[in-house]
Amino acid sequence: MKQRPHLTPRLIQFAFLALTIAAWFVIDTTGAISPLFLPPMESVWRAFLALVQTAIFWSAVRVTLTTILQAYIIAILLGIPAGYLVTRSRFLTALLEPIVSGLFAIPITLFFPLFILLFGIGTGSKIAYGAAYGFFPIALNTIAGFSNVNPRFLDAAQSMGLSRLGTLRHVLFPAAFPVILTGLRIAFFISFASVLGGETISSVSGVGRNIALAAELMEPARMFAWMAAVIATALALNALVSRLESRMRGS
Amino acid sequence: MNLAHTSRRSARAYEAPVAIAVRNISQRYGDADSPQSVVALDNVSLDVRRGEFLCLLGPSGCGKSTLLNIIGGLVQASEGEVSVGGAVVRRPSPEKIAFVFQESTLFPWYSVAENFSIAFKYRGIGRSEWRDRTMVALKSVGMTDFADHYPDQLSIGMRQRVNLARGIAAGTEILLMDEPFAALDEQSRMVLGEDLSILLAQTGKTIVFVTHSLAEAVFLSDRIALMSARPGRVKSIIDVDEPHPRLPGFMLEQRFSDLRNACYASLHDEIRQAMTATGCAGSAR
Repeated sequence: MKQRPHLTPRLIQFAFLALTIAAWFVIDTTGAISPLFLPPMESVWRAFLALVQTAIFWSAVRVTLTTILQAYIIAILLGIPAGYLVTRSRFLTALLEPIVSGLFAIPITLFFPLFILLFGIGTGSKIAYGAAYGFFPIALNTIAGFSNVNPRFLDAAQSMGLSRLGTLRHVLFPAAFPVILTGLRIAFFISFASVLGGETISSVSGVGRNIALAAELMEPARMFAWMAAVIATALALNALVSRLESRMRGS
Repeated sequence: MNLAHTSRRSARAYEAPVAIAVRNISQRYGDADSPQSVVALDNVSLDVRRGEFLCLLGPSGCGKSTLLNIIGGLVQASEGEVSVGGAVVRRPSPEKIAFVFQESTLFPWYSVAENFSIAFKYRGIGRSEWRDRTMVALKSVGMTDFADHYPDQLSIGMRQRVNLARGIAAGTEILLMDEPFAALDEQSRMVLGEDLSILLAQTGKTIVFVTHSLAEAVFLSDRIALMSARPGRVKSIIDVDEPHPRLPGFMLEQRFSDLRNACYASLHDEIRQAMTATGCAGSAR
């Protein structure tokens, strides 16, 4: 009897990637889509190779990654303490949780021009914008994490005489940690996307700015090369974050 | 497990001094004049003697867990006071009193040994003693091989052994146990009950044990305080005059079923009342 071919998820994922590339190739050769919207793969590849050899590329990447990192760190430094403080009492949680999640429902993009006015066209406005977007998932998950700690753990902690700080360190924080970690992960990619988005809308430097510029100058191959760089970075960061996350969850 | 028959005389036999004195404890939730206010405990008084195993037995919602939490200082009573060794209880005192809750109170983010360490740390025990004390306690429940496992890696029965050991390892004179075996199946419950009886016969601790299992109460207790449906009162006290450690054979004796039946007869109406009472909440905190 013949062995059935083994379709592992990984194999299917690769097949999907291969299909996408194949579809792009078919579109190229048949000319079904104007090369202005989807340039030939080979020209994108050449543009990409040329791009990574320029100083502009690396300085733009550095600006963007630094902006993302700053936005993310601010989001964490504000989001976790804010989330924790909200859960200090049941009343505060009931009062503020709906407000925080309500605010998160408002597209912060609406206020982007305000960010530009307040923080200027430089990286400051993008940091603030990315931090504002990243703040919410972190704060909301911190609230959810801390307010859903099993009360029995708190009884046990109290009966063992744990101090307030001891309870936070040994019980509340570890209990809430997995939920907070999910928030941190979501926030990272939201900050990443907002910073790039902000750069595309209005900026003087960064990867997003260069993508917008390439589009304005009608250089689709160059634009796609920049986009490919972003996609590659996002995938690499995702792999890194997954690895960090599984290590943190494991301990 | 060490099966040495270090039989301990019934604590009451030699009129041991009072370890825990519960005086006129009432517990009310909500304002007294509000229609929503609930009286969980109504003027409960009780003495627990040193070395005694006392069970609080009663229907769900009768306030037995609340009473235990008041004795341990986790909850402040609306009226009355509890004193332990002559001192009025106002807050948890981990150096005198250890709690054993259900197995689910082991912290899943810490290994078995780390769970013990937390208890030792806040009990003020020197770091150098932690490992030895942990191993001694784990040995007493036959769990030495699992010191570095995480609670999730153990079965419920094993977790409860560990949890029991954590309570005992603290080395307090008093142990308050709140339905520790409730999550276990009946067979594991029986076996752990036997082990507990042996373990406690060796340590001579004073124990207050909350349960709603009649057989468990009769098998383990020196005295059983039967509680009424809400508002909880101590309805009557039943003596179980049988030395520890108790062997499974005790359960087959006529005396055992007589005591069990006496408890049931006394509680029957209370259980029915608790079940039909409106707003029948579980053990309130």
